[in-house]
Amino acid sequence: MVSKMKIRNTKIYKAFANPVWGNNPISIQMLGICSALAVTVQLKTAIVMSLSMTFVVAFSSMTVSLMRKIIPRNIRILTELAIIATLVILADEFLRAYFYDISKQLSIFVGLIITNCIVMGRAEAFALSNPPHLAFVDGLGNGAGYGGVLVTVAFIRELLGSGKIFGFRVIPESVYAAGYEDMGFMLLAPAAFIIIGLLVWLQKVLAGE
Amino acid sequence: MNDLINIFLNSVFVGNILLAYFLGMCSFVAVSKNIDTAIGLGFAVVFVLTVTTPVNWLIYQFLLAPGALAWAGLPDMDLSYLKLIMFIVVIATMVQVIEMLIDQFSRALYASLGVFLPLIAVNCAILGTSLFMVERNHTFIESAVFGFGSGVGWMLAIVSLAAIRMKLRYANTPRGLEGYGITMIVTGLMAMAFMLFSGITL
Repeated sequence: MVSKMKIRNTKIYKAFANPVWGNNPISIQMLGICSALAVTVQLKTAIVMSLSMTFVVAFSSMTVSLMRKIIPRNIRILTELAIIATLVILADEFLRAYFYDISKQLSIFVGLIITNCIVMGRAEAFALSNPPHLAFVDGLGNGAGYGGVLVTVAFIRELLGSGKIFGFRVIPESVYAAGYEDMGFMLLAPAAFIIIGLLVWLQKVLAGE
Repeated sequence: MNDLINIFLNSVFVGNILLAYFLGMCSFVAVSKNIDTAIGLGFAVVFVLTVTTPVNWLIYQFLLAPGALAWAGLPDMDLSYLKLIMFIVVIATMVQVIEMLIDQFSRALYASLGVFLPLIAVNCAILGTSLFMVERNHTFIESAVFGFGSGVGWMLAIVSLAAIRMKLRYANTPRGLEGYGITMIVTGLMAMAFMLFSGITL
């Protein structure tokens, strides 16, 4: 119990846990939904997208934080943008080389991580005023918070929309034979908006606001 | 000509950049509280998209695409991996240039659009449209029409949402759902309405 309390009070734990739940970038701060929802029709794409996002935000925060004393204030946005864009190109090229099919499905959305407010927001709000290891952990936490929402939405959409999880059928044939049908609506864009709205509601109720 | 009208209608209604591809959500949620600011930001987005999409087309076709540097004697060069960073620089620059031009020529327009222009550089709808333009192999004219249509579609979405949110202020929303939650659900319903346009071709 004592050790648990100790862990909870360390800066690193706070830097990681805060963005995962209490200050989740998507469901509480409303940041970075741009590129998030379009990839949630399937769990597979959602997970790849979350991993790319975590990679970019963690390393960009760390790099910005390492350079925070030498970046001139006036051109810091441009510098941050250059760092972020480089990392995004790395992620994009990596996916293209090793996971070509998924990268085709993700289409332009990996590239759009550049304009994702979370990455820029963490660089501005956290990395510029904190040491590199904390900035890195904060980036990981934000990536995990983002990924959590994405994976939840994708799980609901893939399960209800096509009766599958990771492309494997989980709803047995007998249920279909008994008259169950997949909800085609879940695969369409409006469903993502509505699910995220309901998730925000759920989280607010659970957090007891 | 029919092709162009199709691209326009498609980008405004069926393939609405916001309601079908979720681009530009951040400013969409943040700025849709007031209908006047929504209209201002909408016009700014239409303007910037109409200019940046064709400019990025030129940059891509003559500098970045595989074999695009043939005119400079480098036919094997493929710089397309640089498109992300080039596009974002072009967008940021164009926004800055447009801001200065508007400031020079129309004080009134600057006063109403000026605040929103810097916001636009980081709006994913702008970068997204340029990337879609590359992915869909549009021609120069098509990319201009596509940029304009995307802008109009985005503006239509944000102005309608602002109007709905004004009404929502008087609605009795359940606790925890007010604000962000109900906005997303309303957007979902709007997206459903826009999907009814699918199948319209000329």
